[in-house]
Amino acid sequence: MTTRTDALPTQEMTINMGPQHPSTHGVLRVILTTDGEVVTRAVPDMGYLHRGLEKIGERVTYAQYMPFTDRLDYLAAMNCNCAWAWAVEKLAKIEVPERAEYLRVIVCELNRISSHLIAFGSYTADMGAFTPFLYAIREREQVNDLFEMICGNRLTYNYARVGGVSGDAPKGFLEKTKEFLDYFEPKLDEYNNLISYNKIFVHRLANVAVIPAEDAVAYGLTGPNLRGSGVPFDLRKDEPYSVYPKFDFKVCVGTGERGTLGDCFDRYMVRINEMRESIKIVRQAVAQIPDGPVLAKVPRVFKPPVGETYFRSECPRGETGIYLISDGSVNPYRLKIRTGSFVSMNIFEKITRGLMIADIVAVIGSFDIILPEIDR
Amino acid sequence: MEAQAIFDTLKGKFGDAVVELQGEGFSPAFVVVAPAAVKEVSRFLKEDPNLSFDVLMCLSGVDYKEKFAVAYHLHSLKQHHVIGLKAMLPRETPSLPTVDDVWPGANFHEREAFDLFGIVFEGSKDLRRILLPEDWEGHPLRKDYKYPDFYHGIKV
Repeated sequence: MTTRTDALPTQEMTINMGPQHPSTHGVLRVILTTDGEVVTRAVPDMGYLHRGLEKIGERVTYAQYMPFTDRLDYLAAMNCNCAWAWAVEKLAKIEVPERAEYLRVIVCELNRISSHLIAFGSYTADMGAFTPFLYAIREREQVNDLFEMICGNRLTYNYARVGGVSGDAPKGFLEKTKEFLDYFEPKLDEYNNLISYNKIFVHRLANVAVIPAEDAVAYGLTGPNLRGSGVPFDLRKDEPYSVYPKFDFKVCVGTGERGTLGDCFDRYMVRINEMRESIKIVRQAVAQIPDGPVLAKVPRVFKPPVGETYFRSECPRGETGIYLISDGSVNPYRLKIRTGSFVSMNIFEKITRGLMIADIVAVIGSFDIILPEIDR
Repeated sequence: MEAQAIFDTLKGKFGDAVVELQGEGFSPAFVVVAPAAVKEVSRFLKEDPNLSFDVLMCLSGVDYKEKFAVAYHLHSLKQHHVIGLKAMLPRETPSLPTVDDVWPGANFHEREAFDLFGIVFEGSKDLRRILLPEDWEGHPLRKDYKYPDFYHGIKV
């Protein structure tokens, strides 16, 4: 008997993944060209959330732009708020009271924890394990409670100001923060026992979409995606800003512990380990925070000097760089925001060639992209 | 390396193609180069062991009203220094060579500058609109951009 398989016609097929797809983390469309289950080409198509944030920036004042930075990355709005404030302060050379800088570091690191929790939770949900997502949301809820206490909002905080923060921490905030850290720290071991080293989960991630260190650098990856490839670069250490030099923490890098260095598992594990380092930073900041004012005197009609500046800060999804050009008026002349997710998408087509369709989901999750930051 | 030293190195190597150093009020400082020389200067900046700018942090289009510009922000992981590179382009024909073969990460940034400013990067492996729809008219981040009233019959 002869087999008929060689007579079956095979041809490439084009499939749209998204823009409405639960595991593209927003409205990302990927145009897949497939040969059976194997992806021969995956081209990302972005822009569905483009709101023209850079153009809007040219029409509002420096202070008025603060709420727009919340909408840049809604899972890490505090980090974007502070990045904007730091950029404007660098441009106008404003001294910020030390207590305000400590408060910024505390909220930024808490927000990094809650953002990484979503990355962890949604990634495990993408891989078919739903329970850890509920755990992650449960913990994130407590961070949201803390943020509600300090600024009244739970998602778009609008907390930082040019020259400081909008208000001092209310009574009991620092104690509550400590309580949360004590509660949360053992949870990380629980997550690791529950899912990180689960055999099925490891099999889905290890050796998938390996990014060698030289590729990661050439494509300009930053944040956990760069460190997952074993490059120990963290702006909080290597180009320190704010009061980060005062804290003792280590830069987490991928080690290839379950597969090849730079695979999806390494990028996932870097985020888990970074939460531990963020806990360390917040503990030190809460212990050392000085008394004093939280807002510097900044004129109501604020006109920074003529000049150009580029400020980089370490956000949960990599470097958020703000290129600001001032012509001495109340509005920015030009502002450009370079975000970690946008740059990460550039390498997507290269590393997904030859993967299975199910692995595309693993790659998107391991990048922890967020679409408003890509589309701006 | 300091910005002045980098500028002197480039001036010595490329002569008149390196126009000026924008230092005062600029952070980081910018080396302004002729548009046609951007690729050679970039390659030198990346490959020279004393410079080794291996990371392109950011590439932005700028509309300076009388001219367009493309600003490159570079960083070196090995030497731990930063520099800006800038090319001024005439408004009528804003085009310059691509650098996506020097830093592969440049591609998306160049597509963005093409999309929002209409700056053409010659020799790019893939130059299409990235954020706006393919049939969008005009380049919104230009200072003389006129806001459209309708897009396919939908009020904007």
